[in-house]
Amino acid sequence: MGNDALVIAGKTFSSRLIVGTGKYASHEVMRRAHEASGAELVTVAVRRVNLADRGRGSLLDFIDTNRVALLPNTAGCRTADEAVRTARLGREAGLSAWVKLEVIGDERTLFPDNEGLVEATRILVKEGFVVLPYTNDDPVTCRKLEDAGAAAVMPLGAPIGSGLGIQNPNNIRIIREFAGVPVIVDAGVGTASDAAVAMELGVDGVLMNTAIAGARDPVAMAEAMKLAAAAGRRAHLAGRIARRRYATASSPADGLISV
Amino acid sequence: MQITLNGDRYELGAPMTVSRLLARLDVDPRRVAVEHNLVVVKRAAYASTTVQAGDTVEIVNFVGGG
Repeated sequence: MGNDALVIAGKTFSSRLIVGTGKYASHEVMRRAHEASGAELVTVAVRRVNLADRGRGSLLDFIDTNRVALLPNTAGCRTADEAVRTARLGREAGLSAWVKLEVIGDERTLFPDNEGLVEATRILVKEGFVVLPYTNDDPVTCRKLEDAGAAAVMPLGAPIGSGLGIQNPNNIRIIREFAGVPVIVDAGVGTASDAAVAMELGVDGVLMNTAIAGARDPVAMAEAMKLAAAAGRRAHLAGRIARRRYATASSPADGLISV
Repeated sequence: MQITLNGDRYELGAPMTVSRLLARLDVDPRRVAVEHNLVVVKRAAYASTTVQAGDTVEIVNFVGGG
């Protein structure tokens, strides 16, 4: 298993778990959860500097950028134009051309706007970005994103922050089958078994924020997610047995003592 | 003279470079990105980019997100 690495745009990650930095009770809890997760790629959001309150410590003081890479997102952007501007700012702030691209089409569900997403992907790829779009669990949209130059596709398992688990495993499996780039299930994971299910479907990685940050014990949940993602990956590679309607005995039918 | 800074009106007094603006705002230039009239300003250009009356400036940094 040592060489079963995740490779995105030529960069190798030994962990298949990608974690967020939002919603933690404190930067210190986040730092410990990141450590327990083993993740080597962490998402961050790009927001206006609070010019009225310059006192708080920077998020970056609690991220070991020697060990993990930053993945700026365009969360909250509603148009391709907003997302492109935010991505450009994220690149300048983080000095890396990687972006988790979000173009949100609906406020209640935070479902992506497919047209805006494909358009922004096209623009950013031309500008040299490594684009990882957060997308619907739709194989056709994923193919369009790949054609537009996305370095990976990141279909949702369920709405962001919902913790509902993988709602359409069949689509996720089809997306993995069709895609020529890594597939990362992004959003919807609630607990460890959800991460394992995602990985068992054959996807290349899983991205989560709320499931860890919102757990009663985020550090313990981060470790659970690390183990679950690894377990799901191993189970996928091991090849599960076929599902059958009826029992097939595990013990020999012959040699029973007679009564 | 006024500019629009992070969405709010801001009194600047006189035109000044992005470097000087960041210093005046007590913002560490290594931790932020700056957009000037919808164009990202490279760090190397902070000292040579001048903010004029009516300009729009956005100063952003990384915060927690998923």
